[in-house]
Amino acid sequence: MDRLIYLDNAATTKVKREVMDAMLPYFSENYGNPSAIYTFAGQGKKAVDLAREQAAGLIGAKPEEIYFTAGGSESDNWALKAAAEAYKEKGKHIITSKIEHHALLHTCEYLEKQGFEITYLDVDSEGKISGEKLKAAIRPDTILISIMMANNEIGTIEDVAEIGKIAREVGVPFHTDAVQSYGHIPIDVEEMNIDMLSASGHKFYGPKGVGILYIKKGIKIRSFIHGGTQERNRRAGTLNVPGIVGFGKAAELAGNSMEKDVEKITALRDHLIQRVLSEIPYSRLNGHKTDRLPGNASFCFRFIEGESMLILLDQLGVCASSGSACTSGSLDPSHVLLALGLPHEIAHGSLRLTLSEETKMEEIDFVADELKKIIGRLRDMSPLYEDFLKKKSSGAFCDRLEGYYVQ
Amino acid sequence: MYSEKVMDHFNNPRNVGELDNPSGVGTVGNAKCGDIMRMYLDIDEKGVIRDVKFKTFGCGAAVATSSMATELVKGKTVEEALTVTNKAVMEALDGLPPVKVHCSLLAEEAIHAALWDYAQKNNLVIEGLKEPVEDISEIEEEEEY
Repeated sequence: MDRLIYLDNAATTKVKREVMDAMLPYFSENYGNPSAIYTFAGQGKKAVDLAREQAAGLIGAKPEEIYFTAGGSESDNWALKAAAEAYKEKGKHIITSKIEHHALLHTCEYLEKQGFEITYLDVDSEGKISGEKLKAAIRPDTILISIMMANNEIGTIEDVAEIGKIAREVGVPFHTDAVQSYGHIPIDVEEMNIDMLSASGHKFYGPKGVGILYIKKGIKIRSFIHGGTQERNRRAGTLNVPGIVGFGKAAELAGNSMEKDVEKITALRDHLIQRVLSEIPYSRLNGHKTDRLPGNASFCFRFIEGESMLILLDQLGVCASSGSACTSGSLDPSHVLLALGLPHEIAHGSLRLTLSEETKMEEIDFVADELKKIIGRLRDMSPLYEDFLKKKSSGAFCDRLEGYYVQ
Repeated sequence: MYSEKVMDHFNNPRNVGELDNPSGVGTVGNAKCGDIMRMYLDIDEKGVIRDVKFKTFGCGAAVATSSMATELVKGKTVEEALTVTNKAVMEALDGLPPVKVHCSLLAEEAIHAALWDYAQKNNLVIEGLKEPVEDISEIEEEEEY
């Protein structure tokens, strides 16, 4: 089949042509190691310097506060493990949330085994973290607060500026996983009081295998990868020059077109959400209605299971994702959907569609049309739907799940 | 990830639907884990399965194993249907990914649950048939959220 409708941009994005063009000379032409003395290596060093300025510029940071890594997971691991190590004399308590990415949650589990105590903050039914609950969780021995800026599954954007303010008032360093938001929504590390921030190149039209950790000047965390003196002695390893150049270029392009892209993608997303919720009965939007990533549309459809939906969409050339158990490889559906308070059987019917700046209105309409048919077909096959219809027609029946589908 | 046969049975499931006045009905699995199968059997006076229908809530493998299970028991006697194991269903589908093996077990349990219901209704004892663990649709209602 020739058709490809790519709606899994939260998983990864297509590298922009301009980004790839910027990277290409650093493979076979200017391949010198930027740490070397000779003139030939100078081009690479200059290119890395420029990329650092571009990466910093997008979030109001100083270039020397940007450290290039191999991606978002490394940045999250570094921030947490190194902060724990650096501040363990002061205390062993870390605050995070229940809806963080596994790069963060599994790092927290590791730290728990090392004797650290982690508080996982609850979120409300739209995925928001409350400042009051955060304040209440802070203790004298709290050494780090790590709250994601925007959630990868449900798209909810947290009130990071408020969280940063609270952290600053009590003098606890604040890290945010901005992997889904960097390059997509405006970020200002100064205004938002962010001390550390993780981002990844391939989530905003840059290459895979490169990310950053922003570390505010004065935050004393050590090296995570030991070896050479690269990245001001804080991250060893020969610089991934083409990747870093690509990251920088993608950051520059994102800054130039952000306002326009946010407006355009948000309009498409809202069209999709509006069509799905109004045309498909027993469907619900997951996450916050307005404080959400421009490209994220996350739904749950009652009586059906996510993987079946994904297979049928795939056969039409549509790439999507789900938080159902079958797609997660465990018996439990996504921890994020469960944290919203959704019962398991609702969470199993989840579908995430994530748009890009290339997504077209025709594609959105095609997917909405086909989704209606797919869900109808799967419901006709579902014993849960059969039971529901029978109970409904019999009259006296209290539908305990109805509230989850009220718009 | 799935074999061609699994994809065929998922895309064109055989015997989907319900039966009016079935000889036996069985529902297994639960919504919490994400798989529910229901099997309807129409059994004649000689103990031959004349017709069979299913409904399934679940992943691609759950749909395909239910579909294949209905094909394997259709036209068989009750005793023959009892010998349709999850292994037989898997082999007929050219295998399943390891994480999906439980779907084939569910298909076997669905056949057994429907046969048990048939035996109960007709006061029969079917050699080798055990009472199904539970009817999940009942449990679901008792759960509180």
